Amino acid sequence: MSELSAGSDMESSLTEEFEEGSSRTLPEPSLIAETSEGRQEMYPRTSTDEIELRRQQGAVLRIPEAAATAVNEGEVEVSDDETMIINMGPQHPSTHGVLRVMMELDGETVLRSKPVIGYLHTGMEKTGEELSYVQGATNVTRMDYLSPLNNELVYSLAVESLLGVEIPERATWIRMLMSELNRISSHIMWLATNGMDLGSTSMMIYGFREREMILAFFEKVTGLRMNHNYIRPGGVAADLPDGWEEDVELICDTVPKRLEEYDELLTGQPIFRERTEGVGYLSAEEALALSATGPILRASGVPWDLRRTMPYLYYDEVEFDVVIGTYGDCFDRYAVRINEVRESVRIIRQVLEKMPLGDYRTQDKKVTPPPRARIDESMEALIHHFKIYTEGFRVPPGETYVAIESPRGELGCYMVSDGTSKPYRMHIRGPSFVNLQSLPPMLRGGLVADAVAVISSVDPVMGEVDR
Amino acid sequence: MIAEQSKQVEQGALGQDGRDDQDKAEVEGIAHAPSSTDTSAVEVVHVSRAKYLDVVAASKSEGFEMCSDLCAVDYLTYPAPRNLPDGIRPERFEVVVNLLSLSTAKRRRIRVQVPEEDPVVPSLFGLYPGVEAMEREAYDLMGISFDGHPDLTRILMPEDWEGHPLRKDYGVGRVPVQFKEAPGPR
Repeated sequence: MSELSAGSDMESSLTEEFEEGSSRTLPEPSLIAETSEGRQEMYPRTSTDEIELRRQQGAVLRIPEAAATAVNEGEVEVSDDETMIINMGPQHPSTHGVLRVMMELDGETVLRSKPVIGYLHTGMEKTGEELSYVQGATNVTRMDYLSPLNNELVYSLAVESLLGVEIPERATWIRMLMSELNRISSHIMWLATNGMDLGSTSMMIYGFREREMILAFFEKVTGLRMNHNYIRPGGVAADLPDGWEEDVELICDTVPKRLEEYDELLTGQPIFRERTEGVGYLSAEEALALSATGPILRASGVPWDLRRTMPYLYYDEVEFDVVIGTYGDCFDRYAVRINEVRESVRIIRQVLEKMPLGDYRTQDKKVTPPPRARIDESMEALIHHFKIYTEGFRVPPGETYVAIESPRGELGCYMVSDGTSKPYRMHIRGPSFVNLQSLPPMLRGGLVADAVAVISSVDPVMGEVDR
Repeated sequence: MIAEQSKQVEQGALGQDGRDDQDKAEVEGIAHAPSSTDTSAVEVVHVSRAKYLDVVAASKSEGFEMCSDLCAVDYLTYPAPRNLPDGIRPERFEVVVNLLSLSTAKRRRIRVQVPEEDPVVPSLFGLYPGVEAMEREAYDLMGISFDGHPDLTRILMPEDWEGHPLRKDYGVGRVPVQFKEAPGPR
């Protein structure tokens, strides 16, 4: 009985909400109450208004107005009883965590789709407001767990741009080295899971093997395999260990050879090409309009890479190519990523040559605690050390937006400071979160079996999508 | 849906004066930020709500092809002076839009003040379809409504969640953990 009454309460609150919010008609309230997802759900065509329908069909791109209407006109009218709305996820192995995609199917063809997210939401932006700038990097590093160093980097760059501190050269080069290694490990991880999604389990094993090599190096440098908290405001946590050059050289020698093996395994493989070529097409206009960045945008033929076009760190001092695709299909996104690994290896070799000697963190006493040896002999140094780790350092009021090119696209951090030792507002622009919007136009008109390939090619990391 | 919330935090300098002041702010045009708030080398534009859509549309035709980010800030407990240019009246909320021009490699940040009593701004969905998820996120976490958005629903929080967690008067650690459809506290 109690269950029943709880259900009807919910119904009434939901219907009320609707009456004040919008005028569109909805399916029976009991249907909504059954799922508890409420309005996030995808509804039958009859109860979906036109603009929302167009959005779910992926025809929202009113940038070329004519093109969008053409899509609508070409639309075959399908009645509700001929189509079926199904869920893919959140517990689907190919959804890389807890992504749920609702799809309207006509037979095996996907007509509309809608990603439903939020299953991994842990309020990291809110947490970021409660942590001091010193602690903040431990928080952001857990967002995109496949490229934690890039998250730390964007956070640190944002804090530093508000602080106005100069970062020593060596620290900047170390940051570049680490974020490029992270790009390799992230892309190789993607190759592995993409292979797995498309049925190539051997690729899965090879990919993890190569990633392991890089994670072992990360462990040597930072002490942890993931969630390093290595790049911090003011520099990096520790200098590179002795003999790091040999490790990095070994990675630089091994990875390109293994990439050739992957080429043999996947690139030229007829089954793999069948499954990815012409699947999940996204035009450059669509990608731009949907704010897609990273390999998705580049695969559609737009040569936009923040490392090249708006350089940060010392990316303007190294040579590398921006890899772009032509067709914007799943295969192009694969090709862009595998070739970006090669470019990253190229960058790392240059970093090896150019790595200067010097400090690994700024000597600004405001940000950096005194060295251990000083604490033993000076009371002031002890107090200073204590202050930095308990209270943190104060950051002048202001606001800033910093963006870097993470393996998934533009990773941005909008930070507002109020002059205290905690950020007033910390907003992360997650590339996976934004890129997921390009899923409906990619899926539209394709087969439901291809949805696996398409979702995989977007490379969403749910930790970053939901934050 | 804006849930009613008890104000656990004192109202700061941004009190809720009469509506006439707000109307005055609507008449004012666009103002460029003083250089002190411009901490990085991007152009920061302050704009009133009335001109918001026009300014974004003009920016788009100027060559800002992509809206890379949209987020909202709650300035309820901001202790420092807001440092806004003349003609822009500080309000509780601010919507920040980051536009990106790929052709000229430039960024432009547009900041709009949104009053607490009427937290509504026009949606940019018609100009940049990519703001769809970002506006939903701002609605979900900050409680700002976007007029003209096709599907303004919660995106990260559960549908039956009350309140908007990123608001400054939303308590941290004071809300018991809610699981979906769990029986209530005994």
